[in-house]
Amino acid sequence: MDRDADRRRSFTRRAALLGAGQLSLFGALIGRMYYLQVEEADQYQILAEENRINLRLLAPPRGRILDRFGAEVAHNRRNFRVLLTPEQTDDPNQTMARLAAIVNLPDEEIVRVLREMRRQRPFISVTVAENLTWEEFAGVNVRLPELAGVHTDVGQVRHYPFGDRLSHIVGYVAAVSEQELTGEPLLELPNFRIGKVGVEKVLETKLRGRAGSSRVEVNAYGRIIRELRRQEGEPGHDAVLTVDSELQGWLMGRLGEESAAAVVLDVHTGEVLAMTSTPSYDPGAFNRGLSAKAWRALTEHPRKPLVNKATAGQYPPGSVFKMLVALAAMDAGIAGPGHRVFCNGKMRLGNHTFHCWRDKYGGHGWLEMQDAIEQSCDVYFYDLAKRVGVDRISDMAQRFGLGQVPPVELTGARAGLVPTRAWKLAITGKPWQQGETLITGIGQGYILTTPLQLAVMTARLANGGFAVEPRIVRSVLGEAAAPVASPPSLGLSAAALKLVRDGMDGVVNGKRGTARKAALDGEIRMAGKTGTAQVRRITKAERAKGGKLAEDTPWEERDHALFVAYAPADAPRYAAALVIEHGGSGASAALVSKEIMTEVLRRDPQRRAALGRLAGRLGPGQAG
Amino acid sequence: MALGREFDPRERLSLGQKLADVNWLLVLLLCLVAGVGFAMLYSAGNGSYSPWASRQMLRFGLGLVLLLGVAVVDIRFWYRHAYVLYAVALLLLVAVEVAGVVGMGARRWVDLGLFQLQPSELMKVALILALARYFHGLAHEDIGRLPLLLVPAAMTLVPVALVVRQPDLGTALLISMSALGLFFLAGVRWWKFALGLAGVVGAVPLAWQYLLHEYQRQRVLIFLNPENDPLGAGYHAIQSKIALGSGGLFGKGFLQGTQSHLNFLPERQTDFIFTMLAEEFGLVGCLVLLGLYLAILAYGLAIALRARSQFARLLAAGVTLTFFLYLFINIAMVTGLLPVVGVPLPLVSYGGTAMLTLLIGFGLVISCYVHRDVAMGLRPDFDG
Repeated sequence: MDRDADRRRSFTRRAALLGAGQLSLFGALIGRMYYLQVEEADQYQILAEENRINLRLLAPPRGRILDRFGAEVAHNRRNFRVLLTPEQTDDPNQTMARLAAIVNLPDEEIVRVLREMRRQRPFISVTVAENLTWEEFAGVNVRLPELAGVHTDVGQVRHYPFGDRLSHIVGYVAAVSEQELTGEPLLELPNFRIGKVGVEKVLETKLRGRAGSSRVEVNAYGRIIRELRRQEGEPGHDAVLTVDSELQGWLMGRLGEESAAAVVLDVHTGEVLAMTSTPSYDPGAFNRGLSAKAWRALTEHPRKPLVNKATAGQYPPGSVFKMLVALAAMDAGIAGPGHRVFCNGKMRLGNHTFHCWRDKYGGHGWLEMQDAIEQSCDVYFYDLAKRVGVDRISDMAQRFGLGQVPPVELTGARAGLVPTRAWKLAITGKPWQQGETLITGIGQGYILTTPLQLAVMTARLANGGFAVEPRIVRSVLGEAAAPVASPPSLGLSAAALKLVRDGMDGVVNGKRGTARKAALDGEIRMAGKTGTAQVRRITKAERAKGGKLAEDTPWEERDHALFVAYAPADAPRYAAALVIEHGGSGASAALVSKEIMTEVLRRDPQRRAALGRLAGRLGPGQAG
Repeated sequence: MALGREFDPRERLSLGQKLADVNWLLVLLLCLVAGVGFAMLYSAGNGSYSPWASRQMLRFGLGLVLLLGVAVVDIRFWYRHAYVLYAVALLLLVAVEVAGVVGMGARRWVDLGLFQLQPSELMKVALILALARYFHGLAHEDIGRLPLLLVPAAMTLVPVALVVRQPDLGTALLISMSALGLFFLAGVRWWKFALGLAGVVGAVPLAWQYLLHEYQRQRVLIFLNPENDPLGAGYHAIQSKIALGSGGLFGKGFLQGTQSHLNFLPERQTDFIFTMLAEEFGLVGCLVLLGLYLAILAYGLAIALRARSQFARLLAAGVTLTFFLYLFINIAMVTGLLPVVGVPLPLVSYGGTAMLTLLIGFGLVISCYVHRDVAMGLRPDFDG
């Protein structure tokens, strides 16, 4: 027992030591907990909140786009969807089979949904079907109790009721691309759409609206437990266009499959009433997502449906440019209305011969300026251009808006080209040739214009020389409209403008006008000017044969047909420009323009009566 | 040793006497701690008895019966069969090695048909029993003889090596530290501990290189710098600290812990249950639980000091020490003082074998109390 007494003393000592050690370790634990739970508690509370709370963005409804009369040309349609949450259904196959009995579900869709369900986390819903009809949607909702895990919701999808008829103006929305991310969190929402082209793009920030937010409590897997606070966003503003969608639709129908562009403007305000480019495309396809095949079909189409030819198609203006040459001459005081030139069908400069279109008939004979416009004599304008010089002509062209991007609310508008001596030297390093001045005088050579620019030019001629600018957005609702300043004067003499306008009146209504067949029926007169833009130089051999016949020439090599017009001739209100690619001569474009202007005037209630027979014949049923 | 029997009036106690002598206050303390566990498991189940709280209660009830059963068995029975129990536990460990069930990347369980058993848990008690018996048979002066220490060293190292291989670093550490505690309490000289410590320090690089698994190395590295990998392996440590710290002084309230209930806190029903308590009941709740633990430890130590045989002393102190190591390592781990090792919070964490082992252990402690005046000779044949 003595031995045990030793052991016992040793044990007691050591047990006490161990106990003290344990006690001090307890102290360490308590100290640590005090540090974490009292000293650092605030910081950890913040971290815990950050863990727990997620900010979710609520996409605002996008603003509508309306035409000048309030018709919706872009709006949000309800998108009826059916979703399935994997964890809420025991037998996904059976649920899908039941759904397929109500909703049209192809087998490959069912396979896709089942595959997605296996890949996703079980509480994340999988979209089973979208864009259901109301009947299908209601059918699913009624049978929800027997469809475990199925729920329905109503999303929004951009819809363009006019399809391809306004796509070049309105543009379209599509999924946000990597390059378009600006750091704005809204853009990073899945399924968010932004404007890519046209008004949808130009007015993007106004149409988009402001995002709302919802603070939600989430767990570690990101599942939403409950909503803590919700702040509704601001819907986007509606935008009103200057376009008359019915006129636009009629115009698209009239131009049909031609590769053509037409613009109709109000000459006083610059408001674009219609602007078409054919062929066109369906803007909704971009929103839904385009297959590679469909995309290729659009980009490789020979008539370029994706290009808005009205603003981005650049054409030599041809004879349509002659009014500006005449104005340049009069404005510079070089030649007055009485300036006379004898046209024998050609003009020699150095060892080169410049032909008039009437060469084969022996020319026009003696002409004054107004006659020269009416009959579109090339020799007269060769002579005038030679006297005025290219820089004065170009200056006049600039004053009429050519050679610059018009400030219209559209994407992709091009500037065209107005050549000057300095421009040629800078670009080619070669000096300007006088022969180039001559062909510039008849709107050929380097000069390039867009149909919109030609319409603006015509409007400025028709409205008495005021620099109207084209507009396609009338207002953004909910925003104070910017006051429309009356356009500044171009500083041209009234007499000179009157001479040019009389010449254009003569083109349509004169005895020798180049577009006599385009005279309107009824009391209202239309004035205009034909233009034929060569795509390819006419060879000597062809000229010897007496010109070429349209039927013999492949489509791509035929001339572009142009016509600019305004009406009524005595009190102008509407200006129009029409380019038909490879459409033959300006006279053929004039005939189409007659129909266009008739329709424009028929839609103007003040003038309907004055249109006479034709207006009566075209009933409202054909309007659009 | 007939003499011992004469001096021992409690040698033949009736069951009723023994039950009356059970240290019921200690049992009550154990029940209170387990009660804290039930509440936390109820909360971990998001306010539901299933899946954890109800099963834990059932196990505790079973364990309590076992505890009383063990407590009323004569201490000399445990003395006699200490080596047998150790051999059984060792065999089971080998069985795990050969035919264990792989779960969560480690081979820790054997399937006994009715339930799955984790032999490394049983070994904790078995080793304490075996070491207590061995040291009981060693005279105070014999402790100083190195050859006599080789046997208990082998008794410790064999199971530890088997557990490390499973791999279960936490349990291996726990077993070796308990054993070390027993060596110390038995009177092994100071300088031997210093030498051992030096040896361990020297072995650390070797163990790092050859003994530790990649994930174990990862855990240590992450412990040293958890913020390096906040979403990967450091996630546990960071989220645990956030949950703990955000609990503050009084906590977020029962069932209100955001970190726990939104699943940011991993393993909230097992290893990280203390974090949940800290989040929902704050520092105050933690101190209450620590107070209960401290009281249990004090009781255990008092029983050890009161016992009249070295076997009972070492047994009671050993179980108490193991209990302490459990709770200290667990709490130090969830508060970020130690790397994340899989050690449950005793009597609170969800888990069957660990709870049963501890209750059996405390059964032995109480048996030491009930039979506190039983004297035992140095040799095993004292009782004939």
